[in-house]
Amino acid sequence: MRGYLSVFRLRLSIGLQYRGAALAGICTQFFWGFLIIMVFEAFYSQTLTEPPISLTQLITYVWLQQAFLSFIALWFRDNELFQLITSGNIAYELCRPSDIYSLWYAKLLAQRLSSAILRCIPVISVACFLPQPYRLPLPADLSTLMLFVVTLLLGLLILVSISMLIYISTFVTMSSAGSLLMFGVLGEFLAGMIIPVPLMPSWLQSIVNVLPFRLCADLPFRVYSGHITNIEALTLIPLQLLWLSALVGIGKYTISKALRKIVVQGG
Amino acid sequence: MKLFIKYLLILFKSQMQYRTSFLLLTFGQFFIPFSVFAGLYFLFERFGQLKGWDFYEVALCFGIIHMAFAISECLARGFDSFSILIVNGDFDRLLVRPRSTVLQVLGSKFEFTRFGRLLQSSLVLGWAVGNINVDWTVIKIVTLCLMIASGVFVFTGIFMLAAAMCFWTIQGLEIASIFTDGGREMAQYPLNIYQKWVTRFFTFVIPFGCVNYLPLLYILGRAEGSSTLYMLTPIAGLLFIVPCLLVWRFGVRHYRSTGS
Repeated sequence: MRGYLSVFRLRLSIGLQYRGAALAGICTQFFWGFLIIMVFEAFYSQTLTEPPISLTQLITYVWLQQAFLSFIALWFRDNELFQLITSGNIAYELCRPSDIYSLWYAKLLAQRLSSAILRCIPVISVACFLPQPYRLPLPADLSTLMLFVVTLLLGLLILVSISMLIYISTFVTMSSAGSLLMFGVLGEFLAGMIIPVPLMPSWLQSIVNVLPFRLCADLPFRVYSGHITNIEALTLIPLQLLWLSALVGIGKYTISKALRKIVVQGG
Repeated sequence: MKLFIKYLLILFKSQMQYRTSFLLLTFGQFFIPFSVFAGLYFLFERFGQLKGWDFYEVALCFGIIHMAFAISECLARGFDSFSILIVNGDFDRLLVRPRSTVLQVLGSKFEFTRFGRLLQSSLVLGWAVGNINVDWTVIKIVTLCLMIASGVFVFTGIFMLAAAMCFWTIQGLEIASIFTDGGREMAQYPLNIYQKWVTRFFTFVIPFGCVNYLPLLYILGRAEGSSTLYMLTPIAGLLFIVPCLLVWRFGVRHYRSTGS
């Protein structure tokens, strides 16, 4: 356990080094946020029927999405891991006395956390002071905030276990670009990154609700904005735990199978 | 021109060496704008209209800008990854050759996998043109082609500006993606749905409005006043490349090698 913790700490401090890149990223995220909100504003301005999510809740959704982008973006990639697999250097990794799944898991988790810490604080603090209607409202009460944090962190764990599956698939395909692209596009759509889940047609929502992707982003954001009530959120947390254990189980099983059949590429 | 086609042939052959990977990437490139378009479709299904614009009108907007983006991403990919050329010092080699640097950078990379994107946007464009409520005349078709060409020039110009920045900063700048990716996302909707400052910036500073929104008013017969003026606005997009070329040449003249 201590070994994984120190890998995690090391990665976290490496990630926190890139402040300049983070600043550029923050500017880009504000631009995107404004753009998306203006489009939704235009759609909402002349609507005749009551939409299933209010504009304020939607704006909250958009800002949280921008602040926690690195918690939800599937296209985030660690080239080091891909290179380990395709170059054959994985042989060294296998010599280490620690479990490879947990080691990589800690590494990926730390990467996402460090990039989110750098970005979420400035994005959220600025978004809280924007002029109306762009302002990010505070959560209704303390328990909502607590539930938001819990669901967000569980969502992060689910997402990392999904992205582990992408890395494991590299053992079979040897070329990461294709599977990463397909996973990324599909997963992001199903997580509500293109359009929020409540605005999707009902047939699509019933598909989305079965899959784990929306538990990473859509669920915590809607808990924060009050679109999902606290009681409902409490019933969904066990579902998150269930998916998490299932995904980690699948990942551990497939990686052990892939490692048994592994052919170390010479070089 | 002959040299450029030769460059293309060589690059095409080299990319076809990894055929499966190539096909998968092309396939994936098809789905990126497809998922965005699906989102657009679902929003229209829910709301019905967007400040007076109907679905096919916005789809036409979407098709034009995405097609222009796909073409210029194919072409100008060399500029997009220009910082690598500078960091490695490979740019010095280009400088000693007796050809223009613009041509050589253009020819240094060509992303054929972007045909997936191109295919998707042409399908959207075809669908929109077929369903939209417009009597097509020759002039309107010419305008449409001009709009796409103008979009290609604007995107290529931005790629060039971003690349020219590397002469001074060495590293590529993430901020440039606001104008390429951000410009594309913004211009896929008619400009008048945004706040005034956004509209102004993207009409007079970076002429996305001239590519898309203003000539579209002409095609739909909504232009007020002289309609030929609206028809000719894409030319402003074509002219956008001129200052970009000048900045590029200024950059080349002031370039100091990194020495690596």
